[in-house]
Amino acid sequence: MWMDHPGWVLFGTWVGALLTLGIMSFLYKDNPVYKFCEALFVGISAGYWFVSYFWSNLLPKLGDPLMQGDLLVLIPGVLGIMMLLRLVPSIGWISRWPLAFVVGFTAGLRLITYLQSNAMTQLQNSVQPVISYSATGAFQFWPSFNMLLVTLGTFAGLLYFFFSKEHKGAFGTISRIGTWFLMVTFGAAFGYTVMGRMSLLIGRIDFLLADWLHLIN
Amino acid sequence: MSATEPTMTRAPFLERMMRIDRRVIFILIGVALIFPLFFDITQKLPVSREVQMAADALEAVPDGALVLYSMDYDPPSAPELQPMAVTALKVGLRKKWRMVIIGLWPQGPQQANLALRSALADEEFKDVRLTEGVDYVNLGFQSGNEAVIQKMGSDIPSTFPRDYRGIPVGEIPIMRGIKNLGNFDFVVNVSSGYPGTREWVQFGVDRFGVRMISASTAVQTTEMFPYVGRQLAGLVGGMRGAAEFEQITSTPGRALKFMVGQSVAHVVVILFIVIGNVAYFATRKSRRDK
Repeated sequence: MWMDHPGWVLFGTWVGALLTLGIMSFLYKDNPVYKFCEALFVGISAGYWFVSYFWSNLLPKLGDPLMQGDLLVLIPGVLGIMMLLRLVPSIGWISRWPLAFVVGFTAGLRLITYLQSNAMTQLQNSVQPVISYSATGAFQFWPSFNMLLVTLGTFAGLLYFFFSKEHKGAFGTISRIGTWFLMVTFGAAFGYTVMGRMSLLIGRIDFLLADWLHLIN
Repeated sequence: MSATEPTMTRAPFLERMMRIDRRVIFILIGVALIFPLFFDITQKLPVSREVQMAADALEAVPDGALVLYSMDYDPPSAPELQPMAVTALKVGLRKKWRMVIIGLWPQGPQQANLALRSALADEEFKDVRLTEGVDYVNLGFQSGNEAVIQKMGSDIPSTFPRDYRGIPVGEIPIMRGIKNLGNFDFVVNVSSGYPGTREWVQFGVDRFGVRMISASTAVQTTEMFPYVGRQLAGLVGGMRGAAEFEQITSTPGRALKFMVGQSVAHVVVILFIVIGNVAYFATRKSRRDK
């Protein structure tokens, strides 16, 4: 393909590298180069998504069936056009109908599965014996400790969200323990987020040093 | 010497530490990340339970099995997820699985092609010759999010009528006899968000009973932990997970190389957190007095 030609690859690498540096320049301070790169990114993303959905959605799921005489697809086609009428303020209310359809369809599709996957199965997962024994019947300290911790954390965390009773006395103490468990959870999530951002930075630095400057393998 | 003198000499330094310019932090983090990349060193990592489970689950899938790879990510998350995709494909090549690739994200199938090219470039697989349509197929992207998985549960040929190259699914040898998700021995999901692992668990696992592992970005890993065990056979989370995955499957790659920089940068971050907290508590009294 023409995109695999070394000249184009080199051109693409230089454009990518300069735009990367342009975006990174924000770390120093907000500047026109950053603004240009940001606007370019937003514009190209919008263009990419439009083209992508045109060829993967609109054409094969509406255009092709219509050409083959399948008039049933006119229903979602018309609903799609109704959705776009939101852009015309005077008749924007028409878009509520397809929106209602989308909301209803999504709720119907997800309600049962969400309840099953994120409530029922999680409840089943939580109901475990607190004391753990190995296959030979020996007491296992760490698995038992972990399960005790999970049980205590779940119970204390749930109590914290019980707002119809004032958080004081023994109830307040347990709910405060619940906040500690919540804080540890948020801390772990934040730690993972930091790791994710670092990974993205490593990816960009690897691109600059390896693909662009050829300083590393 | 009066009792207040040591505080007088220490406080300005600690206060300076609390007002440290963010650009200094950026530079130090940058140096910490860049410096290790120049050295050919890797870090031996303890393997977490979730990654061990993922590796064991893949190992339990028999040679020559039919495996579905759902590549639901795009280039922005590639630094984390591409090494996982490469490793999962290497395991598939090693075990001679028949691999069917799909994407619920538009760029997922392209990333899968890059990952497959990268896996085949490995010294271990230099003699492997794959025939597209026989040993593997890339069915491309299909829009519709979770509705795609739902439809795959009953009818895959109508969900993906053509492959990535535009060849009708009926003419692809590997797709003969494949009707729905139940025909697959295992599913590998590489996920960057919505639609991704959560939707695969809800529709693929809980509804149609597929057995699956997930490779997900660090940001969404904590949300996926509760699924491990009953719903997910294993979880590879973030670059750390990717490095462990490479290590345990004996397919060293980019994640293991990048982990050194990641670890050094984390040490720098932790140092700044410690300095910030020490400075905060040490200067709290003087701030109160003001």
